[in-house]
Amino acid sequence: MATPAISLTNVTKLYKRYGGRQFATLKSALLSGDLVKKLRPEETFQALKNVSFDVAKGQTMGVIGRNGSGKSTALKLIAGITKPTSGVVAVKGRISALIELGAGFHPEISGRENVFINGIMLGMTKREIQQRFDEIVEFAELTEFIDAPVKTYSSGMYMRLGFAVAIHVDPDVLLVDEVLAVGDEGFTHKCLDKFGEFKRRNKTILLVTHSLGLVERFCDEAVWLDHGDKRGQGDPTRVVGAYMTDVERQEEQLLAAGDAKAKVDAGESTVSAKPTGPVDAGEIAADMSRATEGRWGSGGVEITQVTLQNDHGETTHIFHTGEPVTVKLNVRASKPVKDFVFGVAIFNAEGVCVYGTNTDIEDHQSDTLDGAAEISLVIDALDLVEGTYKLDVAAHKLDGAPYDYHRLLYTFRMKSRVKDVGIYRPKHSWKFDGGVKFRLKT
Amino acid sequence: MWHNLATLLRYRGLIQSLVARELKARYRGSVLGFFWSFVNPLLLLSIYSFVFAVIMPPADPKAETNPFAVFMFCGLLPWTWFASSILEGSNALISGGNLIKKVLFPAEILPIVTVLANMVHFLLGLLILAGFMVARQHYPDWNELWWFPVIIVVQLVFTLALALIFSALTVLFRDLKDLLANLLTFWFFATPIIYSYKLDQVAHFRRYFNFNPFFHLAVSYQEVLFFPGAFGHKWWLMALGGGSIVLFVAGYWLFDRLRDSFAEAV
Repeated sequence: MATPAISLTNVTKLYKRYGGRQFATLKSALLSGDLVKKLRPEETFQALKNVSFDVAKGQTMGVIGRNGSGKSTALKLIAGITKPTSGVVAVKGRISALIELGAGFHPEISGRENVFINGIMLGMTKREIQQRFDEIVEFAELTEFIDAPVKTYSSGMYMRLGFAVAIHVDPDVLLVDEVLAVGDEGFTHKCLDKFGEFKRRNKTILLVTHSLGLVERFCDEAVWLDHGDKRGQGDPTRVVGAYMTDVERQEEQLLAAGDAKAKVDAGESTVSAKPTGPVDAGEIAADMSRATEGRWGSGGVEITQVTLQNDHGETTHIFHTGEPVTVKLNVRASKPVKDFVFGVAIFNAEGVCVYGTNTDIEDHQSDTLDGAAEISLVIDALDLVEGTYKLDVAAHKLDGAPYDYHRLLYTFRMKSRVKDVGIYRPKHSWKFDGGVKFRLKT
Repeated sequence: MWHNLATLLRYRGLIQSLVARELKARYRGSVLGFFWSFVNPLLLLSIYSFVFAVIMPPADPKAETNPFAVFMFCGLLPWTWFASSILEGSNALISGGNLIKKVLFPAEILPIVTVLANMVHFLLGLLILAGFMVARQHYPDWNELWWFPVIIVVQLVFTLALALIFSALTVLFRDLKDLLANLLTFWFFATPIIYSYKLDQVAHFRRYFNFNPFFHLAVSYQEVLFFPGAFGHKWWLMALGGGSIVLFVAGYWLFDRLRDSFAEAV
């Protein structure tokens, strides 16, 4: 490994929690030059906990993690804007930090003057700015408006100008904090090209982003921070994979908790408490279009549990497009019944019924149901696009009168690496013939 | 700390551009534009002249402080520079918070720019003063005039020191800003600006006045620009100059100590 351009060694950063003893802060700042050491542990917040990593010169490092994981804190420490509470941050070479674009712009004066002042703030000399001025303006696509006051700029123009100045500082180390979302597609590509150029010129880049695809495509290495801890470092694909698995695990917990809550809410009005007797089928149909969660029915047959299982038979709430899914209903009939149908329907987040079926439609004539039983709908490949979906499950009579109807009580999430759109993803592939050629996207 | 002071020199280009920006931005979009720098003191001067020459004329028309408007302006101009610098400077870090949090650059530049921008207004105001002197045929003592830039430098160092201290402390104690506004009103009347230090009543309390640093600045300006005769107050001025340098170093030390808290506290 070459000499590190950025090196963090056992870096811890404490922040003071807001409120509380202000005098303690001032006193300790004056006496020891330290803001938080004298504070009690419950008055501080650990944004980074003993984090170490190096970025070799010429490498592009991606920093990923959830909101509040310490990514931006790490960036600010590297940029030198804040100091670590303990540990050492060392950076070799000139730094340019794209943390907030156009942070130093003054709204009342022209873009031209702001370029100069911002450039000087970022460490350029007046001559350097003069040399690069046309390039900067051209990059920002603002040739026409450069003499207008910055307050008249659209937010996109503002960001583009900020980005253009920062990127033309010609740093050895470039720190980027989630700023690629500023422009339109074309500008984003231009920024990426610029980063590519930096890479070719053997500059070091540290990229904080939520765009995992970008990290995989663009970075040589990735670091994963979670609640101030370093959870992983290394090959981007591996780290991103580990991070995504962890995110899914957390989502799973969240969805499971949501399910449990929905069931409890619905369970308050227990099945038997509902009015019995025949229910008008038309009324049920009208109900279907109203996407209110709930549970109702006469209770002759009770759905006691609904689980979603993946191909390993594990209960989960997260599936990947094309994975097999089994919807398992545990049901119980208190008295033997002869007239019953089980149905399952999948709704997307907009409330559109993606698919619905029941045992009767698919030629399973009911015969007998007595005591406990298990009904499974086995889907070989659930080809849905990414998103959150909800389930209706029901046990009802042939005429539609419900025994137990669970309306949108179960949630699951589909994940997909492909950002296709719509509600259904038919199995497909692309074929090409003749004078057309594609390259693999990098 | 000394290292930081040295890097400050490297940033003089930035300070220069920021002062220019401050001045440009202040009047951008207004009809009179930069002309307000003249109009403001001119209006102020007219008001004070009217009040103290027409409404409350001095009992003795042969008083030393005649023409009163010129006398008063000699003290009022530097006071305005001082007071606005301190008041704006105390708020400089907070209003520039976005910069401190997002861009790496020495925070002390912000209060320094405030002081310097106000100094430019002061220098422009001097032209008005000169105009009045010509109009009222009251000229300073040319032999003593070389002291004038010395007084300005002393005031600059003194103002910078206080601006650094208050800007740093205000970040941690927002109450200071309101406290300062009141303190400055008191300070204004405790300084012989709209009255002469030669009054018997002032001489009576002279011991206490000596504790007021701006007393020595105001008296110096008045002696050099207004009153005829030798500049008798020069030793006090020198002492204040020395004290200001010490205060500046102390203020810078304080600022340096609190520096790391700015990015988090603003």
